Amino acid sequence: MQIIESGNVAAALGVKLSRAQVIAAYPITPQTPLTEKLSEIIEAGDMTAEYIPVESEHSALAICIAASSAGARSFTATSANGLLYMHEQLHWASGARLPIVMCVVNRGVGAPWTVWNDHQDSMSQRDTGWIQIYANDHQQIIDSVIKAFALAEEVMIPVMVCYDGYLLSHTYMPFDIPEATLTDSFLPPYRPAYCLDPDEPANLNTVTLSDVRTDINGVKAHGYMEIRHLLQQDMLASMDAIERVDSRFKNIFGRGGSPFIESYRSDDARFIAVGIGSLSYHLRDVVDDLRDEGISVGVMSMQLYRPFPYQAVAKALKDCQGVIVFEKALSYGYQGPVCSDIKSALYHYVGPEGSRPFVLNYILGLGGREILTKDLYEGLKLSCTTKPSSPDKPRWIGLKL
Amino acid sequence: MKDDYCRKTSHSKSGPGDAGKTGSWRILRPVIDPAVCIPAKRGTPSCYMCWLYCPDGVISRGIPPEIDYEYCKGCGICAEECPTKAIRMVEESSFIKEDT
Repeated sequence: MQIIESGNVAAALGVKLSRAQVIAAYPITPQTPLTEKLSEIIEAGDMTAEYIPVESEHSALAICIAASSAGARSFTATSANGLLYMHEQLHWASGARLPIVMCVVNRGVGAPWTVWNDHQDSMSQRDTGWIQIYANDHQQIIDSVIKAFALAEEVMIPVMVCYDGYLLSHTYMPFDIPEATLTDSFLPPYRPAYCLDPDEPANLNTVTLSDVRTDINGVKAHGYMEIRHLLQQDMLASMDAIERVDSRFKNIFGRGGSPFIESYRSDDARFIAVGIGSLSYHLRDVVDDLRDEGISVGVMSMQLYRPFPYQAVAKALKDCQGVIVFEKALSYGYQGPVCSDIKSALYHYVGPEGSRPFVLNYILGLGGREILTKDLYEGLKLSCTTKPSSPDKPRWIGLKL
Repeated sequence: MKDDYCRKTSHSKSGPGDAGKTGSWRILRPVIDPAVCIPAKRGTPSCYMCWLYCPDGVISRGIPPEIDYEYCKGCGICAEECPTKAIRMVEESSFIKEDT
């Protein structure tokens, strides 16, 4: 059924269709309408789930960790400083291999306070062992939430579904709500391989020593390093699972097909602009204008950021002349995190004359600074037409110093 | 499936020694003096404050109580709680036999 609603409602409807059993969340702008909608749905009896109001984001994720350990499908959502307040529990959820799904409604991080959109919050959590998916529009939000549960439960790694605060969370767009009978067949009830069982007491995530140990049955038990290595291995292997889940979804619902990157007018492009979320669709308009002027340029959006789809990224970018990465996040003291990762993915691909594409970085839209189409146009045009100088230093768009 | 999953996390059953032989962490060893220890002196099950307070459950309710040095970490709570001061914390190094 097609409706016109906000991105937050799209996310809430995705959670409802996924039949999450435990939802614990603390309201924070711009995530608030998502959790309000979920509590309304549960209160109205339209969804069978425990909604647990908490006093902080740290507790919200702690409850999801407990509920997921007990075998319940668990969901939370947050933004900005709320996500950072969860930081310790983020590592815990992934180290404990719990298939929790969380929406991150992207917002800039204080200080100074901002409630507006950028990507600093989730980007700064890239090393916590969570899978990170970014949605570009409302349809991708609802679809990604449903796919995220299927993926998390297959690979036993928690998943963040990230989407732009306000630009997507509070704007209204038409999208299709999948049929519940179909989502039920796509995502059957969660049957954990293992969960807490009072008849069989166990210690979960106990202290590990620096070396492996022999457990009470005389079997060698993994130490910290083995457990972390397995997380890394499974994280990399999850890219296959992401493709499988995406194609299973596509077979039923007819949407998807580009789980790693989404390319637009890129097949023959000499230059490729990279963006995440709604920015990547904004860049499409700019690329259309530049194409009209005869500049060979396309857009690539990162749909998946962790695990980093390095092979798909390299394949898409290695033969072009220049890559221009537009980012709403910054690793202070260096450059945008996506820019660094893209350069790293391209390192092994050297052209016949020892050349690689240049990679330029633009920082823009921090704390909701308006991104003007003409600024994108000028920045991208300049990057496609002049030889780049000091490419490692990000340039800023929209700065008013 | 279940075993595979459990081996991806730090997962253990409660039982002695699941965190390794923690007795090796000990610097001070609790030693019970049976002449002062209440159950040992009376020959009846009594007191057992050391058993009650031991955070690692390595003290038995015997006559006299016995400490499992394989797992006792030497925290000294038993010595602190013993109402008759029957438990002394002795330098672990004094038990090392010198090779000659």
